[in-house]
Amino acid sequence: MRLRSTLAALAAFVTLPAAGAQATELEVTHWWTSGGEAAAVAEFAKAFDATGNKWVDGAIAGSGGTARPIMISRITGGDPMGATQFNHGRQAEELVEAGLMQDLTELAEKEGWRDIVHPVSLLDSCTVDGRIYCVPVNIHSWQWIWLSHKAFEDAGVPVPTNWDEFVAAAPALKEAGKIPLAMGNQPWQSSGAFNVMSIALAGLDAWKAVNIEKDAEAAAGPEYAKVFKAAADAREFRKDSNVQDWNQATNLVITGQAGGQIMGDWAQGEFQVAGQVAGEDYSCLPGLGVTEVISTGGDAFYFPKLDDPEKTQAQMELASLMLSKEVQVAFNLKKGSLPVRGDVDLAAANDCMKKGLEILAGGNILPDTNQTLSPDTQGQIEDLMTEFWSSDAISAEDAQQRYAEIIANAD
Amino acid sequence: MARDGRPLQLFRNLNAKIAAIPMIFTAVVIFAGGTIWTVVYSFTDSKLLPRLRWVGLDQYDRLWNTSRWIISIENLMIYGVFSLVFSLVIGFVLAALLDQKIRFENTFRTIFLYPFALSFIVTGLVWQWILNPDFGVQSVIRDLGWESFTFDPLYTADIVIYGILIAGLWQGTGLIMCLMLAGLRGIDEDVWKAARVDGIPIWKTYLFIIIPMMRPVFITTLVLIASGIVRVYDLVVAQTSGGPGIASEVPAKYVYDKMFLGQNLAQGFAGSTMMLLTVLIVLIPWAYLEFGGKRRV
Repeated sequence: MRLRSTLAALAAFVTLPAAGAQATELEVTHWWTSGGEAAAVAEFAKAFDATGNKWVDGAIAGSGGTARPIMISRITGGDPMGATQFNHGRQAEELVEAGLMQDLTELAEKEGWRDIVHPVSLLDSCTVDGRIYCVPVNIHSWQWIWLSHKAFEDAGVPVPTNWDEFVAAAPALKEAGKIPLAMGNQPWQSSGAFNVMSIALAGLDAWKAVNIEKDAEAAAGPEYAKVFKAAADAREFRKDSNVQDWNQATNLVITGQAGGQIMGDWAQGEFQVAGQVAGEDYSCLPGLGVTEVISTGGDAFYFPKLDDPEKTQAQMELASLMLSKEVQVAFNLKKGSLPVRGDVDLAAANDCMKKGLEILAGGNILPDTNQTLSPDTQGQIEDLMTEFWSSDAISAEDAQQRYAEIIANAD
Repeated sequence: MARDGRPLQLFRNLNAKIAAIPMIFTAVVIFAGGTIWTVVYSFTDSKLLPRLRWVGLDQYDRLWNTSRWIISIENLMIYGVFSLVFSLVIGFVLAALLDQKIRFENTFRTIFLYPFALSFIVTGLVWQWILNPDFGVQSVIRDLGWESFTFDPLYTADIVIYGILIAGLWQGTGLIMCLMLAGLRGIDEDVWKAARVDGIPIWKTYLFIIIPMMRPVFITTLVLIASGIVRVYDLVVAQTSGGPGIASEVPAKYVYDKMFLGQNLAQGFAGSTMMLLTVLIVLIPWAYLEFGGKRRV
């Protein structure tokens, strides 16, 4: 009797791992940890688990800046995960060139990604030497300013509709004890905000000349001088926002302690989690209300090469799943980002997302700096911007001169 | 028969030599090899992955034209000098005070040494809160009625490095104190008695008799403090992450950021080579004085 039950227990023990092996586990690393982001990534996990595989969540807290070194060292160090998030563009360029990433071209051709991904430039960012190496999952645009209705009501001024009105309203906000412009202290936030201002204020031609053609003369020119002057003003507005993370800064806007924040559309997820309604509690102005254009950066998933064929199979399933209509809708609604395919129905989208979709449909799009500049150049710009935004010691002219030097040496 | 006369020099103490092989291997291959590899690749244009494409001194040129690197070096020098002086002085004074045969010596020693049990990350976070103007020292003193009191080093670019210095000293002096205390205990009681008979004041005894006798202890502490200075990184990351702006950047952080965030290995290597050079500049003259000259007894 005793022996039999022991044997049964043993048998159960042995069969368990075998049952587990049928559901292929894929570890997916990403840096989506704020409230809205976590809710969105759960949609991916749910859909992937429904296919009989298992999503092992490998969230890395912090931000992309913390997470990317960990991901890259795992891939180059021979401990690759099943799939990993990167931003569209050049962040994983060298990993692809070194042959560490799975080639998705076959799957892409079978499912006709080139026809369904809109704008198709997203897919181009995934393409190296004619082969496709990543799945774009969403479009994030930086070009937004988020305004708190409560803050402007308290200050007794109408909610601005463009950057100039915002500048004019800033003193009133200050008098009412508000921070006019909320901005976290992480480097990418100040350099991102600067980029948004340069698209809006210097105009598209100047921006393209600097960021795509790396024309140092344009960077030193009068168009950009305007941007640096405006940034010097904005640096006054952001004083007293002693927070680090972007979502803490967004929270200042949500609670009405700050007038506005220049931040990408991922901020929208935070407003949604806080139960705020676009148009009633907060407004969003694409392109700072001046130049209505959005950049089509975003997130993409890369699949490192793995030895186990079953896992490779699961990788392909995940890749195809991420682009499917239902998942695209579910994910992007939670995330507050725009879907990468033009043929899905986003009836549930709110005001701000609809504005974004319209601009996207109208074709007013720009590549993201992640697509045009190397991480090295971006790092140098970030260093300059952190220094510039945090201290009055460096004047707008000096900053512009150094900016032009970085652009001159950009690769 | 000549062979049996003297055993070959190589095989003397064979066991000890075999036992030392792993350590020698580690030292040569990992330390020396890694160092040479790093220096060599700092002359290339390696990005995310190392590659041998020579660019001469370009990386160094860029390094020394980067204001963030210059600020990092300045910060390291300020932090280094003050941390060296204050660690030694405070450590020694605390040890001398503890050595007066006071009551509860064990308790005090534990209290002073305790911060050393915390990692730099924890130390950094603790002091980030203590120095936070809204919650820490400043707000406590303002609540006591001193409304205009201002003390927010972590948010003032000019003095932020001193805010980090305070945390570093709080963490490190306990260990220095313990080493000093051990050194003081090692001094023969008779020296004190002789000094007292001769009527030498206590401070003079410390300064001119005890401290020179404690030379080995001082050298040990010096090495410990110096190595702590060069590698200061986690404290800064936890306390300010380099801010406000880039006012509290340090070289180690620059190297990390360039290598892993900027995906520019060669630039990071150039930075770390400069750090190595700094250490050598300090170390070589010292080693020369210590080992090169006439040996002291």
